Amino acid sequence: MSGATPPDRSSVIGRARRRVDGRAKVTGQTRFADDIILPRMLHARLLRSSVPHARILGVETSAAEAMPGVHLVLTGDAFPIPYGVLPVSHDEHALCRDTVRFVGDPVAAVVATSEAVAEEAARLIEVQYEPLRTFASPDDSLAHAEPRIHDYGDGGNVHKAVALQFGDVDAALAGADHVFDDLFFFEGNTHLPIEQHATVAARDPDGKLVVWSSTQTPHYLHRSLAKALDLPPAHVRVIATPNGGGFGGKSDPFNHEIVVAKAALLLDRPVKICLTREEVFYCHRGRHPVLMRLRTGVTEDGRITGLDLQTLLDGGAYGSYGVASTFYTGALQTVTYDIPTYRFRGCRVFTNKPPCGPKRGHGTPQSRFGQEVQLDKIAERLGRDPAELRLGIIAPPDSLTANYLRVGTIGLAECIRLVVERSGWDERFRKLPLGRGLGLACSSYLSGAGLPINWNDLPHSGVQLKLDRSGGVTAFCGATEIGQGSDDVLVATVAEVLGIEPYDVRAVTGDTDLTPVDLGSYSSRVTLMMGNAAIEAATRARDLLARAVAERLEVPVDRIGFGDRRVFDTQAADRGFTFQEAVCIAEARFGTIGTTGSYTPPKSAAQFKGGGVGPSPTYSYTAAVVEVEVDPDTGWIVVPRVWVAHDIGRSLNPTLVRGQVEGSVYMGLGEALMEEQAFRRLPPKLSNAVVHKFPSMLEYKSPTFLEMPEVFTDLVESRDPAGPFGAKEVGQGPLLPIMPAVANAVYDAVGVRVDEVPVTPEKILKALQQKAAGKPARVGPATFPSHVPWPDALMVTPPWEGGDGRASNAPKRSGRKADAGVEASVGVRK
Amino acid sequence: MRLPSFRYRAPRTITDAAAWLAAESPADTMLVAGGTDVIPNMKRRQQTPATIVGLRGIDGLATMAADGGGFRIGAGVTLSALAADSRLRAAAPGLWQAAIRGDAAPAEHGHHRRQPVPRHAVHVLYDQSYEWRRAIDFCMKKDGDTCWVATSSPRCLAVSSTDTAPVLQALGARIRLVSAAGEREMPVSALHANDGIHYLTRKPDEILTGRPPRSHGVAQHLLEAAPARLLRLPGGGHRRSRPCGPGRCRARRACGCRRRRLVPAGITGGRGAPGRRRALRRADRGGGPGGYAVAKPMDNTDFELVWRKKMVTALAGYALRELRGDDMSATRRRLARQVL
Repeated sequence: MSGATPPDRSSVIGRARRRVDGRAKVTGQTRFADDIILPRMLHARLLRSSVPHARILGVETSAAEAMPGVHLVLTGDAFPIPYGVLPVSHDEHALCRDTVRFVGDPVAAVVATSEAVAEEAARLIEVQYEPLRTFASPDDSLAHAEPRIHDYGDGGNVHKAVALQFGDVDAALAGADHVFDDLFFFEGNTHLPIEQHATVAARDPDGKLVVWSSTQTPHYLHRSLAKALDLPPAHVRVIATPNGGGFGGKSDPFNHEIVVAKAALLLDRPVKICLTREEVFYCHRGRHPVLMRLRTGVTEDGRITGLDLQTLLDGGAYGSYGVASTFYTGALQTVTYDIPTYRFRGCRVFTNKPPCGPKRGHGTPQSRFGQEVQLDKIAERLGRDPAELRLGIIAPPDSLTANYLRVGTIGLAECIRLVVERSGWDERFRKLPLGRGLGLACSSYLSGAGLPINWNDLPHSGVQLKLDRSGGVTAFCGATEIGQGSDDVLVATVAEVLGIEPYDVRAVTGDTDLTPVDLGSYSSRVTLMMGNAAIEAATRARDLLARAVAERLEVPVDRIGFGDRRVFDTQAADRGFTFQEAVCIAEARFGTIGTTGSYTPPKSAAQFKGGGVGPSPTYSYTAAVVEVEVDPDTGWIVVPRVWVAHDIGRSLNPTLVRGQVEGSVYMGLGEALMEEQAFRRLPPKLSNAVVHKFPSMLEYKSPTFLEMPEVFTDLVESRDPAGPFGAKEVGQGPLLPIMPAVANAVYDAVGVRVDEVPVTPEKILKALQQKAAGKPARVGPATFPSHVPWPDALMVTPPWEGGDGRASNAPKRSGRKADAGVEASVGVRK
Repeated sequence: MRLPSFRYRAPRTITDAAAWLAAESPADTMLVAGGTDVIPNMKRRQQTPATIVGLRGIDGLATMAADGGGFRIGAGVTLSALAADSRLRAAAPGLWQAAIRGDAAPAEHGHHRRQPVPRHAVHVLYDQSYEWRRAIDFCMKKDGDTCWVATSSPRCLAVSSTDTAPVLQALGARIRLVSAAGEREMPVSALHANDGIHYLTRKPDEILTGRPPRSHGVAQHLLEAAPARLLRLPGGGHRRSRPCGPGRCRARRACGCRRRRLVPAGITGGRGAPGRRRALRRADRGGGPGGYAVAKPMDNTDFELVWRKKMVTALAGYALRELRGDDMSATRRRLARQVL
């Protein structure tokens, strides 16, 4: 179904309310995974690899097994079946079997009466390693095909290399008035949820496996457990406990989840594991470090003629969502701006570091940073105002892009105008004294991925409703509450349709035994997909109640209205019943009242290989202006104010929406200014170690309330027909413009470009000193590797040139060639 | 990971605490005032004392009083108590700023944090999980042989990263140590040893009970950058003193840690004397070369080394300009998020 828009009374929708799970959270009653304590419960700890890349020659566990209190020691032998979240990357085992691939890769597990005993016993396990060459950077991995970190992928240590071309980009660049050729680097960073990953597993009384876990994707965990443990899926139950933050970091099935499940089955006792903060850094799956090259052709009046984008991703040691991440680095540029011709080449390599994956914005913030900073350079070069330039190139609404993404409503122009007005842009940009500056950037993001990870024709989200004689409504859905407010969206949507209050609806979510499948809380999909499914289920329930009440009142069914917890004759409002009475009447008439709803996104227009990443039912848009103060003597940077306008489609609960915007600003500032998942190599003569440079929350810097600026949020309501009540996403999009807006503001403040993230004081000062010395006032990458094995590009004719969304050439994996001569120069080339 | 089992002693008097400390094996006993460093290390099993002697309940240890133009500050006084004290703010703004900066440090949830003058010597190559430390084959401070900060160093280069100790040192403050055998006083500068493992000159059975600073009143200022970014910034802290006696001007800087030892770098001269003029000329030049030379940041703290060294010069310059009377409030607000 498309986005449903039932009666537009909006007694609940659009009203700023306290979230339904707020009371439990603030009173400490929410039970997170680590709060679960079961009788006879044992505890697990993992022994992790201390070397970055090695063959396992042997694992000696006898000392650990002999330790009092130890019930079980597991090694890789217990886990012969690989798993992974993407069908194309089943490259993980719960415990390493023959090779370790990064410091922190789990090798063995100990289950004991307490965490302390398990930890102590784990240290008694001796692992014999045969060191292998360590790959610490993409350059390393590209330069050396052997030893391979994995025996699959696109050759050597390349996990995935893709190339797509939409129209004649070379001709478009050749015909442009200017070609801007810039390199950017976006450092990796991690999610930093306040709750560590935790899992409890047990057999239920009839012997089936039950797993409680802090996961964003119980459905995928369910599949992975069944596969990795060779169990019938119907005998596995996953309950996603409320997450204390996820941000993408709990979207993969994790080894610790599979380990405790196996242990619980073997021991027939509950087993818990709660990772330490440091282990969360090992789990990672965070932002990929990405090197980018953007060549953009523009006309004298600022229109884009073509874009040629290359991205190189440092994937870490496993596949995770990496194939999707790779495509995402090149997917959404065309959704934001009108780009008639486009070529995208992306390459993800394996390295011996914790695996990267999806973090808020999944794959798109990196190239968004490059594109938005480059647009700032273009505006300056053309003598244009950056806001005005962007207003002139916004992608047209209700259109297909060059890469066949279907764009619906676009509120970006209004967003830009709002942040310009609110920030005093026209009066202050390029006019502030040295050390103070404003920067503007924009973005767009998916409201849910259009295709599922496991390709099939099944709905992406399902909702079941149970209406009982008490007048209470229970809404069942597989979506997971990760702090974003999905439970609130569920109950609010149902309450709105049925004319009752959110408090009258109970949400039962994230339980694979009790709730219909929802693919998970990722890709900003829940509000739109679950919301539409909930509207469908509630509308069906409403229809039953309306029919029954209409019969009782002896009026036509279309005269029945719902509101204020009543079901009534709209032409004689005093004639009617309480909602509870109406449910009883309906149950007497139809039997037990239960309805279902489901949602499947519309088919994608893209028919080429790789076209599955990027389509969405609709896209959100954001514009941001960031104000910075930069100390010219030290490079010290402070952000005092941020203005954000977000095209939310429709705000279902403004309290939650604003919270998501402010949270995005917070996280974006962390990425912009300080967060780095960087690695330390000790002197090679003495050590082969590749370890986190910032391995705990003590060293890994993230903003505090002291760094948090004033945030001024505006919500633009474009009411997209695809969304429930017109709503779009808000969980990820508002993060994206923050990083480039900071970099652009630094340029306005002190006239130097920092073409990489994070924008730190030392980089600013270095650029200032270079500027003072007459050198380019820029810090950033200087070259893009020339030996990336790009495949031949799939050639897809854009819609306006008569294309049908299919590639005109078959994918070829042979005959790759290095892209000679792409040692990029920096700056304007023409 | 949770804390391992340990015995917790909660003495009510310093005499009891000293007696317990004397009765226990020094290797198995640790003192805790707030636990900022010890508790995480115990969770990681880097330190596994059988007995913890908690000082928080000792009468009088958390009191502060004016004393002969200075202050007598108990070792149990929290940073927030220091930061909230208007007398201290007026008389010793540098110490006040150090306290408020540390108090706002999010990692320690500052409002309960004690003043960590004898703070554990920390660094990023040591204060890590077992797996991480094993991955680098451990370091000299525990379980290993090499100091990875400087692989040829015969000594451990862990640093004591405290908020108030450098200021107290610049003020010439003294501390009192009490044991079952008696008590003694020493300057704060003598407390820290030039070694990351044996980083204090305190004997195992001694308890730091308070800080009776010198009786001459000095005022000073501290300019450091915002908390979250520079939580570990030895080499970046500066404070200066105003005229502290008839006809004299002294600008004293304590630049955090030089190697393991807190090193004060004084710029002293009489009023109108060449020394003072030199200091002010340095201020105009951005602090002069002195700070740059003194600061020895190492690769166990944040940011690039060169930038950190440059910051010593820049921040010293700002502090000296403030000494001269320049309006540095905007700079101070931007860098330190605080105004005087």
